[in-house]
Amino acid sequence: MALAAIYSLFIINKSGGLIYYKDYGSARRIDTNDSLRLASLWHSMHAISQQLSPIPGCTGIDLLQAHNFDLHCFQSLTGTKFFVVCETGAQNMETLLKVIYELYTDFVLKNPFYEMEMPIRCELFDLNLAQVIHKDRVALLGR
Amino acid sequence: MQFFGGGSLTSVAPEVTPSPAAPPGTGTGANAQVLYVFNRNGVCLLYREWHRPLHTLDPTQDHKLMFGLLFSLRSFTSKIDPTTAEKGNLGVPLLPGQGCSFYSFKTNTYKLNFMESPSGIKLILITHPRTGDQRDSLKHIYNLYVEYVVKNPLYAPGTPIK
Repeated sequence: MALAAIYSLFIINKSGGLIYYKDYGSARRIDTNDSLRLASLWHSMHAISQQLSPIPGCTGIDLLQAHNFDLHCFQSLTGTKFFVVCETGAQNMETLLKVIYELYTDFVLKNPFYEMEMPIRCELFDLNLAQVIHKDRVALLGR
Repeated sequence: MQFFGGGSLTSVAPEVTPSPAAPPGTGTGANAQVLYVFNRNGVCLLYREWHRPLHTLDPTQDHKLMFGLLFSLRSFTSKIDPTTAEKGNLGVPLLPGQGCSFYSFKTNTYKLNFMESPSGIKLILITHPRTGDQRDSLKHIYNLYVEYVVKNPLYAPGTPIK
């Protein structure tokens, strides 16, 4: 069965603001204002889900399964959230998110011109991210 | 004994509440931790807990928060849905069938399974994170609701189930 097609990637800073959004094949690209709203919505829902936990020690939503897509989320220790919208039943998304986190630390955080919590405008990050995503695609889908 | 007892008061302590006959494939039903049933307007019709070590908020606030979370999550999923081309609107309340809806989400400590019926009755089951797909169990619970609650002539819709 063909695996993992990612539809989009979002990166949210620790206050809930969107700092990166990339679309890889949704039916319709979400416009900027909407993407900002969705990111803040997700940030708040992630926080609320921690409050509703019946067991202490909850760190928020890791996976959301819907009828048409799945959403995997990874939260770093500093509160930055990375989430991908992908096909239902996609495998290895957690590994992909960790790889993206590494790219983030290498090309964004170590970039001396990057201001913390601001939207990401780092060419190297974009380039490497595109490589990782397409490499995954080629390897898995044979295209 | 059923929880949705027709007219009789099921005032059983939470640890002793028996579950209805388990649907095939879920074993003893020992996994369930908390169950909520809401109607369209946010009234909590039923709340049962079997295993809840942590109570963060008092019950009414907890119900409101849960309902609010689900309402926003549905709005979110229908907007972020990558497979439809139509532009949904974020603030608009959605009808029960409208837009893509989620059926479960998982955190490191719990898994929340959700089902919404066409009449707007929302069933939420909180279980252990490694539980499998609970959509069938939720359907089963919904059928019980229909059988014993809706068909009960003494039950007034919109009021908590007793």
